[in-house]
Amino acid sequence: MTRVDALPPGGSAAAAPAVWEALVTSALLGTDRRTPPGSGHGPGAPEALLDAAAAETVRRRAGLRPARAARRPDPAPGDPRPALPAAAAHRLTMLLADRPGPAAGGRRGGAPDLMELLPQWLATANARGFAAPPEALPALLDAARGRTDLRPAVLAFAGPRAVWLARLNPDWRFALRAMPGVGPVPPGSDAEERVRRLWDEGLFAERVALLAALRTRNAGGARELLASTWAAERAEDRLMFLDSLRTGLDAADEPFLEEALADRSRNVRATAAELLSALPGSALAGRMAARAVTCVSLDRALVPPAIAVEAPHECDAGMERDGVVSSPPAGRGERSWWFGQLVEAAPLRTWSARLGGRGPEEIVALPVSDGWGGELHAAWCRAAVRQGDGAWARALLGAPTAPEAGGPGAVSLAERAKLLGTLDAEERAAWVAGFIATHGLSEAFQLLGMCGVPWAVPLGRAVVDALDIARDAGSYPWSFSGVMGLAERCLDPAEAGRLDALLATPDEPENASPGAGSYWAEAFQRLVTTLRLRAAMAGELEGGREE
Amino acid sequence: MTQQGVRWTVEQVLTLAPDAASREAGSRLGAAGPWSGVGSSDGGTVWGLCEGSGSEPYRTVVTVADGTGPAFRCDCSSRKLPCKHALGLLLLWAGGAGAVPEAEAPAWTRPWPVERRAGAGRERKGPAAGPHGAAGTGDPEAARRRAEQRAGRITAGVTDLEQRLTDLLRGGLAGAEQPGYALWEETAARMVDAQAPGLALRVRELGAIPSSGPGWPVRLLEECALLHLLGRGWLHRERLPDALAATVRSRVGLPTSADGSPVRDRWLVVARYDTADARLTTRRTWLYGAEEERAVLLLSYGAGGRPLEPALPVGLALDAEVSAYPDTGRRRGALGRRFGPPAPARTRPRGVTAARAAADYGETLREDPWLESVPVALERVVPVPDGDAWQLADADSDTALPLTPATGNRPGLWRLVALSGGAPVTVFGECGHRGFTPLTAWPTGPGPAVPLC
Repeated sequence: MTRVDALPPGGSAAAAPAVWEALVTSALLGTDRRTPPGSGHGPGAPEALLDAAAAETVRRRAGLRPARAARRPDPAPGDPRPALPAAAAHRLTMLLADRPGPAAGGRRGGAPDLMELLPQWLATANARGFAAPPEALPALLDAARGRTDLRPAVLAFAGPRAVWLARLNPDWRFALRAMPGVGPVPPGSDAEERVRRLWDEGLFAERVALLAALRTRNAGGARELLASTWAAERAEDRLMFLDSLRTGLDAADEPFLEEALADRSRNVRATAAELLSALPGSALAGRMAARAVTCVSLDRALVPPAIAVEAPHECDAGMERDGVVSSPPAGRGERSWWFGQLVEAAPLRTWSARLGGRGPEEIVALPVSDGWGGELHAAWCRAAVRQGDGAWARALLGAPTAPEAGGPGAVSLAERAKLLGTLDAEERAAWVAGFIATHGLSEAFQLLGMCGVPWAVPLGRAVVDALDIARDAGSYPWSFSGVMGLAERCLDPAEAGRLDALLATPDEPENASPGAGSYWAEAFQRLVTTLRLRAAMAGELEGGREE
Repeated sequence: MTQQGVRWTVEQVLTLAPDAASREAGSRLGAAGPWSGVGSSDGGTVWGLCEGSGSEPYRTVVTVADGTGPAFRCDCSSRKLPCKHALGLLLLWAGGAGAVPEAEAPAWTRPWPVERRAGAGRERKGPAAGPHGAAGTGDPEAARRRAEQRAGRITAGVTDLEQRLTDLLRGGLAGAEQPGYALWEETAARMVDAQAPGLALRVRELGAIPSSGPGWPVRLLEECALLHLLGRGWLHRERLPDALAATVRSRVGLPTSADGSPVRDRWLVVARYDTADARLTTRRTWLYGAEEERAVLLLSYGAGGRPLEPALPVGLALDAEVSAYPDTGRRRGALGRRFGPPAPARTRPRGVTAARAAADYGETLREDPWLESVPVALERVVPVPDGDAWQLADADSDTALPLTPATGNRPGLWRLVALSGGAPVTVFGECGHRGFTPLTAWPTGPGPAVPLC
């Protein structure tokens, strides 16, 4: 259909559509078979038809009138945030235009990977509280559609108009489901009533988002909202809702969680128990502590004294009710499995009293008899992470420079990364810097991921020095591409100046991988270029504030 | 005419890219990373060495400061013009911030631009058919004789075409749907032989209609009838009013020249888009005269990857002279003298209602019945979904213009909807019998032009 859906041209030409229809029919069948209107049969008929059709075509086109307007959508809600500075808006367009693709031969070359900088750009723009330019919303939503990790930041930046827009385009439905931070219910005088209605009538995903948003603003109110319909929810929904109480968890949640320990669903019970054990003052934590201390004692007869472990002999109904899973995974003994769960759920402060008033460092340094050390330390690691206990985490991590790349308690890199999460940013960065200085980069990737962006100065220098050392050693640069990529995104842009010395292609040392030198130079080149670009990006977003 | 010392904007550079892939590749190279030895001279030459996959860096030189558009040279083997290295270098230069310092051009940059510029000069006499392209050279008597010969060939071609159309209608359009129906390609070739490229183009387009979906017989009859009208117009051109006769000559494909008297104005670049087929890329640029209050169309062509004229960035205004072509209601123009570089402007085209826009198109058909659409700005309109299609509805009445079906597939539609957010906006576009094609939009409040194409 290519014709404008026009209003009829008016009464006098009411016969015209019939004439046109007759012309089309005659043309389709041929004038030999169907004589066109207003002409005789014969050799002149085709020409007469074309004459009439030409006049009719021009008449029809010239007589077009506008159509009747369809129902207009309600206008998008306003966005009170200030507009982006012009330079930043332009930068955003550039970042969004850069579609990741297989560049020549899969090699990245010396140019920055713009799409990788988008998360950072969004974080800065969100921190500054700028509104997205409306015309950029389609590209933003398209980017978030393909990359779920971008969605929270994109949707926060895109604001209420993106939700309005998503209602018109099914490709962007995801924006209707998740509304982090902003919350699906905008504040207003009747907010409470609208929250209630959405909670009672909304889709599951909308309700999860609502609960999560409410929990960050009003933890108690969120819990009460959940409690009001708790009994009527389906088991898998209860599990998801309960999980959202992790945010802002405190002692006031205990009665509700205690009740959930008697839930019909085992998964709900386990989650409730886990949440309660993260509250060291809770009755459940006390019960677990009482069980755990009977398993662990200090054998003073030995020199030096050592920890003796007597794992539980059974998993009774009380333990099960408190969330202990009775059947171990394949390949693990029942008793050590139960033991690990008890220690994990017991408050860490229990151990100082139990083990002769010692502090975490001293306790971790104590020998453990009969090969229970690994089990016990691993359980303490989990407890330190769950309870967010920095002192214990520090003790379990040990000194970053310790040989064998491990502290006394931390067995795996993943555990170490989690323990680092309980420390404050500065201490975390210092620890990772120390680790890299001693052990190099080969195991540092996961640890680096735990560090705040931009990296603290000592950490950044440790990374750059380690890269430099790796290059001098003639390693293949692509073994370090993961760390390189992180450095591009996380290194403080102010460090760019210090990197200039690394840009030259060095003489290749003996036994170096052939060609590695120029690849290294290229990689450093990209690092420096990306840092400069990030500095420019940050400056553009800063610029808007002064205006 | 890019002035010496005037840096281009990033947008200006990006519009040089021959295709999207080049634009991306160029953007990646538009950072200091791979470049060394870059510089620019006040003679308007930019140069640099770009690390590539080879052992030697590519030497890239671009000359921007002459009237004929930029000239490019690069060691790389890319057949695209400009190559990604040239684009990257220009982006680096346009990005400012001292990435490309002023310097004396090194010796290796010199022999190239000159040679290239000469080439560019020759090319310009090609398809664009400059002001004197039609007249040729030599004595006027010979020119007149050549013109008569050509008119004779066209007349023979038109007569032939009329015969074929008559035969088609006698047998019925239904036959045109049969597979292997070769009439159109063959007829188009005949029209090329007859030196009537305008007719050839129309005939070729007819060939696509039977496979264009429901309603094709109506569209095919319309286009056949208009082709017939054009043929009749040519055969009786002596009896037509001058303006209409000029339109017929131009529609048939005779070269015309922009011989209208130059009009100086602040010409706002309101829209620009490229269309391409296998042979030719066509760039359409709409300018809107702030005082004239009308839009003129600049057309430029690039064949087989040859660079188009440097694009004028949407949203800037030019203090310049524009001369109109004699046909089609003086809608097509040619850019003449410029009195300064393009500058950002707050001007917007003055808008009308949906009803007025539809009426404008109808009235203009009197001067040119073959016209597909007219340029028009709609003021205070809201994009509204209407089933699977979209329309632009007047904010203050219940009338609306449907958008052309093709608009629904383009990202520009969503930019328009997002910009509006359900509130009135100003939209410039082309309004015709297929509906309205939005090209550029402005928010109701302050804000820059948002290109939709």
